[in-house]
Amino acid sequence: MIEWVVALLVLVGTGITLISSLGVIRLPDVYTRAHATTKSATLGILFILLGAFVYFVYVHHIVSVRLLLGIVFVFLTAPVAGHLIIRSAHRSGVPLADISVRDDLKAYLESVREQAAPQAAGSGAGDVTGAAAGAGDALSGKSGPDVGKG
Amino acid sequence: MFQTVLLICLFSLTVSFVVALVRIFMRTSTVSDRVLLIDSIGFIIIGMVAILSILLDTTAFLESILLIGILAFLSTIALCRFIERGVVIERKRGD
Repeated sequence: MIEWVVALLVLVGTGITLISSLGVIRLPDVYTRAHATTKSATLGILFILLGAFVYFVYVHHIVSVRLLLGIVFVFLTAPVAGHLIIRSAHRSGVPLADISVRDDLKAYLESVREQAAPQAAGSGAGDVTGAAAGAGDALSGKSGPDVGKG
Repeated sequence: MFQTVLLICLFSLTVSFVVALVRIFMRTSTVSDRVLLIDSIGFIIIGMVAILSILLDTTAFLESILLIGILAFLSTIALCRFIERGVVIERKRGD
C-alpha cells in the first residue's frame, strides 16, 4: 500500500522535472529559462526525495537524517543559486528576449557602468568585468555595444 | 509493478538530463545558460540517486545526495562570481 504512495510521489516529481525540461527547450531567453529550471526542478526533486524518505520510513523503519538534511539543503540552496545565476547574467549583459517589454534595472546597470569606467583605467578590476561581459556577448552571438538595451 | 514505475521515472529523468546536455552544447546558448543547466543537471542527478536507492533497497547512497547537492551549489556560486567579476576569490586591495 505504502509503495503506491511512494510511486505517486516519485511520478509527480518526475513529471514536474520533465515539464521543466520542456521549458528549457521552449522558452526564449536565459531569464525565463531560469524560471523553468529553478522553480520546477526544485519542486520535482523535493517530491522525489520525499518519496524516498517515506519509503525508508515505512518499509525499513529508518528515519534517514541524511535524506532529511538533503531535502532541507536542496530547498534552501536552489533558489539562492538561481538568483545568483540570474544576477550575474544581467550584470554581465546577457540580452533579454525580443518580446520582452521592459527592463527595470537597465538604468541602474548603466549608472554602475559609468561609475566603473573611470576606475577601470586605474585598477583594472572593471576591465576584467568588461572582458567577461564581452565573452558572454560573443557566445550569445550579439555585438558588444547594444548590451542590455534589448 | 512498483519497480516498473520506478524504472519509467528513471528513464524520464534521463530524458531531461539529455535535454539539458543538448541545450548546453547548442551554439546559441550563453554562458549563463550553461551554468544554469549544469546546476539543474546536478539536481537531476540527485533525483536519480534517490530513485536508485529505492530500487536497490539500500541506504548506502544517501550521503552522495548531500555531497552532490553541496558540490553543485558551491560550483554554481564560483561560476557566477567568475562571470560577474572575473575572479572567484576577491582579495582586498592594499592601500
